[in-house]
Amino acid sequence: MSSKEKSWKEASPAGVCWKASTTYLTGDWKTYTPVRDLEKCTKCLLCVLFCPDGAIHWKPEKNDIELDLNFCKGCGICANECPSKAIVMKIE
Amino acid sequence: MKSAVKQEVVGLNGDEAVAYAAKQSDIDVVAAYPITPQTIIVEKFSEYVANGEVNTEFVCTESEHSAMAACLAASATGARTFTASASAGLALMHEMLFVTSGCRAPVVMAVANRALSAPLNIHGDHSDTMAERDSGWIQIYAENAQEVYDSIFQAFRIGEHLDVQLPVIVGLDGFTLSHTLENVQVLPDEVVKKFVGIRQLPTVLTHEGKTVPYRLDPSNPMTMGPVAMPNYYFEFKRQQEEAMRNALKVIQQVHEEYAQLSGRRYGDGLLEQYRLDDAEIVVVCLGSTGGTVKTVVEELRAEGVKAGLLRIRAFRPFPVEGIVKALGKAKAVAVMDRSMSFGGNGGAVCSEVRHALYDVQVHPYVTDYIYGLGGRDTSPGQIRKIYEDLQKTVQTKHADEPIKYVGLRE
Repeated sequence: MSSKEKSWKEASPAGVCWKASTTYLTGDWKTYTPVRDLEKCTKCLLCVLFCPDGAIHWKPEKNDIELDLNFCKGCGICANECPSKAIVMKIE
Repeated sequence: MKSAVKQEVVGLNGDEAVAYAAKQSDIDVVAAYPITPQTIIVEKFSEYVANGEVNTEFVCTESEHSAMAACLAASATGARTFTASASAGLALMHEMLFVTSGCRAPVVMAVANRALSAPLNIHGDHSDTMAERDSGWIQIYAENAQEVYDSIFQAFRIGEHLDVQLPVIVGLDGFTLSHTLENVQVLPDEVVKKFVGIRQLPTVLTHEGKTVPYRLDPSNPMTMGPVAMPNYYFEFKRQQEEAMRNALKVIQQVHEEYAQLSGRRYGDGLLEQYRLDDAEIVVVCLGSTGGTVKTVVEELRAEGVKAGLLRIRAFRPFPVEGIVKALGKAKAVAVMDRSMSFGGNGGAVCSEVRHALYDVQVHPYVTDYIYGLGGRDTSPGQIRKIYEDLQKTVQTKHADEPIKYVGLRE
């Protein structure tokens, strides 16, 4: 355990979060990582809609999607839903 | 002891005494589901709501699990919240009891203590609350309807105290107290209102970096009852233990303040000692049985027997220090348990009392007496027999059995 973690005397009572949930990175839970084939991807954005963790974003300025691996838990739903099979799950 | 205020004597049974006290406690929300022998409490309280005598939101739920969930949610908004239950109803709340104490919601609940099925039995014993011993709720057991009435106000003050912030159960023996009419001295409404005051809220640091009162408030959002991973869960449990330890002091302070107001005192609030100073043989019990034991102690004292009673009023937090002080000089002790811990080393109360006495230099003999299950009557004659057993133990320097059963057909 990290020494930065609070003692029972310092922590907020009843587990009230003193940090936003976005500061808690869940990306290291995953066993499989999504890898995108840029040639197959049609940017249909179904993966953005289906991702249960909101870890795939549409970036209009880049005219492309972006995978945020800090929050991807490797569930593989994006790969399963992709109509052009542009995402494959690879073991880390 | 004289009271600081004029009080009226009203005929109330234990359940009605709870409802009357609840009416005076300035409660914001009551969420409940009926169950014998508690039903009169919420029935009576719903009458107060219907008559406009209280300014309380009354929520009828579809089960006790939902009742406690609603109480927790109401309490989370900063509302003063109350409910009542018993037996199977309390057992159905089991999961939510831990969530409520873990969220540090100071809900107050009256429990008209009743046996658990099977076989089905609606009568009094302590099986229901003893099964919730480790749920993180403070537990106070009353001896009579008057103490029931007095304990409800104290429960709000104890639970809502900033050093405590825990839910509180006030236990009253099913039927013996819940359905028995007694003379109860009641305080004027405005005196109670002043005593219970307005619910205080601790402050917490939120994810927005603000330090705000601990309640659900759209202008200061916070996450209550979140997931705690193995790296934090333990710390929050330790906080609950600290709150329980703090409650030992707070129960005494609140009890003393109330005693000054009402003229009624129950020992130090944690333990009531009855003719204990020079007592050699002592009975330890909870709840209404205390009244019966007192009668027997008086009879024995008149005969020159050094008998005494220690009534445990607060079972959680368990007043170890006071118990050691009160029993450390006794020669033989009988602990009365009105519930069973099947396969355990005695009932819940005796295990704790015996454990507390481990560090005493010269141990008294300790015997567990299981009694009164499923409403089995416990007579003064049976209590007298217990004291006779203790006398025999002292004389022969030998306790024949560690666990005995009172009034059971062999």
